[in-house]
Amino acid sequence: MVEITIRKRPRTEAVVTQRKFFKKTARGKVIKVLRERYLRNDVGCGIQGCSICSSGSQSPPLPSKGGSDHTSFPNGHFVVPDTNVFLSQMDLIESPTFNPPIILLQTVLEEVRHRSFPLYKRLGALVKADDKRIWVFYNELCSDTAVVRNEDETPNDRNDRGIRKATAWYNTHISLSHPPIRDQPRQPIPVATLLTDDAANRKKAEQEGFSCLSVRKYVEGMKNADSLLDTIAVGDNDIEPTKAAMKQRIYPEYLPLSALVAGVKGGQLHQGNFLQNQYNYLEGSVNVSSYDKPILLLGRENMNRAVQGDIVAVEILPESEWKAPTDEVVDQDATLKNDDADESEEEGEDVEAAAEKKLVGSDSSERRHSERQPTGRVVGIIKRNWRSYVCHIDKGSFNESSHALQTVFATPVSRLLPRIRLRTRQAPTLISQKFLVNIDRWDSSSRYPDGHFVRALGKIEDKATEQESILLEYGIPYRPFGQAILDCLPPEGDKWVVPPKQPGNPAWRDREDLRDVIICSIDPPGCQDIDDALHAKMLPNGNIEAGVHIADVSHFVHPDTPMDSEAASRGTTVYLVDKRIDMLPSLLGTNLCSLRPFVERLAFSVIWELSPDAEIVNVRFTKSVIASKAAFTYEEAQIRKDDPKRTDELTQSIRLLNSLAIKLKAGRMAAGALNLASPEVKIQMDSSEASEPIDVEQKALRETNSLVEEFMLLANISVARKIEEAFPNTAVLRRHLPPAPSRFDNLKDMLKKCKGFSLDVSSSKALADSLDKCIDPTEPKFNTLVRILTTRCLQAAEYFCSGNEGRDTFGHYGLASPIYTHFTSPIRRYADVLAHRQLSAAISYAPLHPSLHSKSHITQVLQVVNQRHTSAQMASRGSVDFYVTLALKGRAQRGKVIEDAYVTRTYQNGLAVFVHKLGITGIVTFDKGKTEFDAENYCIKFPSSVTGGKGEVTIAVFSKVSVHIEVEQDKNTQRGKTKMTLVHPVDSTHL
Amino acid sequence: MSSRVEILNDGGYRSDGRKQYELRDITIDLTPRGSADGSATITHGLTEVLVEVFGPREAKVRSQTMHDRALINVEVSLLPFSASERRKRSRGDKRVLELAAAIKSTFEPVVQTSIYPRSEIDIFVHVLQQDGGLLQAGINATTLALITAGIPMIDFVCAVTGGVYSTSPLLDLTTLEENDTPNVTVAIMPRTKKVTLVSMETRLHVDRFGDVFKLACEAGAVLHQEMKVAVESRTRKLVGAMETGPSIAIPGAERGDRDVYMEDNMNDDF
Repeated sequence: MVEITIRKRPRTEAVVTQRKFFKKTARGKVIKVLRERYLRNDVGCGIQGCSICSSGSQSPPLPSKGGSDHTSFPNGHFVVPDTNVFLSQMDLIESPTFNPPIILLQTVLEEVRHRSFPLYKRLGALVKADDKRIWVFYNELCSDTAVVRNEDETPNDRNDRGIRKATAWYNTHISLSHPPIRDQPRQPIPVATLLTDDAANRKKAEQEGFSCLSVRKYVEGMKNADSLLDTIAVGDNDIEPTKAAMKQRIYPEYLPLSALVAGVKGGQLHQGNFLQNQYNYLEGSVNVSSYDKPILLLGRENMNRAVQGDIVAVEILPESEWKAPTDEVVDQDATLKNDDADESEEEGEDVEAAAEKKLVGSDSSERRHSERQPTGRVVGIIKRNWRSYVCHIDKGSFNESSHALQTVFATPVSRLLPRIRLRTRQAPTLISQKFLVNIDRWDSSSRYPDGHFVRALGKIEDKATEQESILLEYGIPYRPFGQAILDCLPPEGDKWVVPPKQPGNPAWRDREDLRDVIICSIDPPGCQDIDDALHAKMLPNGNIEAGVHIADVSHFVHPDTPMDSEAASRGTTVYLVDKRIDMLPSLLGTNLCSLRPFVERLAFSVIWELSPDAEIVNVRFTKSVIASKAAFTYEEAQIRKDDPKRTDELTQSIRLLNSLAIKLKAGRMAAGALNLASPEVKIQMDSSEASEPIDVEQKALRETNSLVEEFMLLANISVARKIEEAFPNTAVLRRHLPPAPSRFDNLKDMLKKCKGFSLDVSSSKALADSLDKCIDPTEPKFNTLVRILTTRCLQAAEYFCSGNEGRDTFGHYGLASPIYTHFTSPIRRYADVLAHRQLSAAISYAPLHPSLHSKSHITQVLQVVNQRHTSAQMASRGSVDFYVTLALKGRAQRGKVIEDAYVTRTYQNGLAVFVHKLGITGIVTFDKGKTEFDAENYCIKFPSSVTGGKGEVTIAVFSKVSVHIEVEQDKNTQRGKTKMTLVHPVDSTHL
Repeated sequence: MSSRVEILNDGGYRSDGRKQYELRDITIDLTPRGSADGSATITHGLTEVLVEVFGPREAKVRSQTMHDRALINVEVSLLPFSASERRKRSRGDKRVLELAAAIKSTFEPVVQTSIYPRSEIDIFVHVLQQDGGLLQAGINATTLALITAGIPMIDFVCAVTGGVYSTSPLLDLTTLEENDTPNVTVAIMPRTKKVTLVSMETRLHVDRFGDVFKLACEAGAVLHQEMKVAVESRTRKLVGAMETGPSIAIPGAERGDRDVYMEDNMNDDF
């Protein structure tokens, strides 16, 4: 049993042992708060073999000699960084080659937490990491180092004083724990050095007589200084003040935060997420609640240093200055290729600026009035959402042979971001590499943001590099599973089997024995993580018993274990073309949980009694043990079903399932489910080892795909009903909100004007019906195209906690189901794991973990899962795009690539086309002066002078065209991009 | 991220610098007050409770007297300045009545009421300062006040609050911790090893309850030692005073039998 003691607190020193402060409540009332503070003398210093502190069970991380590889400290040293070091130089600290022994003070840790929670999280991960030597010293609780704020001292000064006191304490502590031994020369002892960029603080430290360095000075003395110096963030003192003063302001200054908050509250300003237009770098928009349409931001000055994803405050311009979005494609690389990173040639810049002004200010006269949007300008940033960006180096911006420190441009892979200015010594080695860059700041006098180098990822177009850069770009955690997580796996490893059926065996408690049922699984080819299996059989009363069996992941993944929290933070398995980033360790995902054929597996079964018309008569949920009899691919199952010679039980049950699925689908369609299309393609690989993809093909859909889908939907809906009934406040559900009708305006107008179809968006049923009517007999793909465009207008489905939303918003629009959840893929989705736990509690199989009773906890988890879900989709798409580009490159070497495409949007100087066969969207641009753009009718007229004897040609939205596709690399940025030119009906090569 | 303060940080320290199983500083003052037959002031950290006991005496309200035992009457007053927000509670405040009822039912089986039929024992609980653990402080102070009043009881009653943060149990919670964690107050009789009160107003998972409950019982035993020392030293001083006689001047005689402090340095304050 543990030792319980009473902590004594000296009564006489109330100043030190009590903390008194005043707090303002949300209502504006001021209350006095008094808290105790128990100061202790058993706070460990974390140095190995310290003769004063008794180290606990685990050995402390700091070596007794300190770090010995720094030139200024031959006797060894410990580093005590202050708060600002962590706030601004986190990349340096995280760098694997930077590992001096660090003493992290509690004061610093709390200040970091207070200032930036994400940084605090990163710091927390570092403290736990094995390869770092960081010790958290609780200086505020140690009686020797605790400080009390003096009168007329700011909290900052108090903290600085606390940090200095702790550093001084460490120095005395080290010398006390190395007592001189008589008759021996005194041994050299390590020192603790304060690391701070605050000059005033350094001065005070020197007065107090201990060593103190700035970050840059410190890194310069390290062995691997060169590579580390690049990762130091740009500080304020790096620029010579004279130069900065000479520079004129390019951007308006931001308003102070208090003014922004007041403005947003008062309604003069609007707050929202800044979204960059991906085809025009001079245009952005902000969605705000007070306007139907997004607020348009035109030009650099109005966007005022906002970066994709930032939360900004926007001021609306007077209505007379409102504009329509430019229908123009403006490429940053092309327009600004002459910009100098050093910004010394002011004149050159003016030329660029003038060119930009022309681009922004032009042709406002031809603007259609109806299309005008509220237009505004950014007056302040409420929150920056800067992360690390994957970049290329811009070759044109520097001297390729010099290894001196020079300023270069880094071009982010994402087109939504501005170029980043960077100072580096390793510019020549970075050519043809991808690397990570962090933005440090963006001054009003600087055209581009300043950033620093974080680390190199590898060679461009190398598979591993591209893969990692996709994962980083979308923020997907891809590290291998740690030991703590692997320790949660069953100790038998892959030898684990379902234990023999005995009455006392806990694994068999309340489990149904379905090992004799004819169950099979149907999955895509090469599927290793089989989550679901099915069966069906006739019942004596004429009804049909159908069952869906889902891998029982919750038997292995218990709440509140490292594996569970890792799975929750990963949220979903991510599928890239050539790699899978698992949510759960592969032992579970592809083996123990996977419902492989011919072995016994634990399952969670949903078993219905269905009438021959596929009406649910009865449904029950049970944990079970199954032994799948076969694992089919969709194709195999289809062939088997269609083969009249086969009459075995397995085939019969597939036919039975199929007949039910057809009826279920018909029922769903009648209720108004949407049949949508998304441009999905599959990459054909030669073999798993092959380097080049062979070709791209469209995913084929068979009857059996629909079979599996229908039963999974049915299972999800049944489970959703059950858990919502059992836990009305905390059920994990999924919904798809109906889209706002205004989102369809553009598509409706285009369809009406160009094709004469009307789209009824009043309900999902009406939409489904009117989509069915959009058929052009001459163009069979037209209907699919409309469906793809419709999908883009819809909102994304999301997970939510039932207690947070009104009962009437639970519906799933696309599936036309009043309630829905995800239950059928617990191996690859975390929401399903939660649904499993809730369902097993609902059938009283296991008690519900307390965390699943908490609405706030579930909301928090689902928020992460939703976000991960979106980024996983984007990453898969990014990966497919990369391979499509590779495949195109391969094909281009064998001959010109010409494909059919459909026009999806028209711009003043270009067309957006969708290449159906490859599932890619591209832009065809041409010279503005030579064509006529009719914005009203969404078409572009090519006068007969350019069509080469074909007379006047008009290309409108939805027209079918042929395009020539090339893959080319931008010479400066080496960013690969697909370039498309029209071949038919007009050859646009010369335009 | 809900709260700015971490209840239990990675180093194993709570927000006030204690570790999981450390109780707050406790002081006991058994000075007689006014006309009360027994009184005690106890502080657990910044929670301070004064209890006065009157009786056994004739019941004021005839109708409530019981012919076979004494009636225990508990009244609680939370002083308006006791919490950080100044607030006056009316007499009929439910929270206060509940506290009184809890203390009453805790002591009914412990006090040997059958010795005093047709009489009444009044217990007045004044909360001077609150920082969590109100019920625990009220019960501990009442035990001591009953002892100083010389009312026979079958045992001490010692109460401790226990809570659970995530999965780690904590003992003796402050207001801050009480607001953020599920908590349970347990009152035990250390000699007979019986539990006279378990009070929980929050939801706590069944699996965790056992641990916390056991811990709180053990902590009650630790508190008992502390209370016993206080009572013994007071009695020793009383006995010493009787032997010397009140007329003989000994240093600090005028307060020698009045003040019994836990800490010697406190004596100098008066």
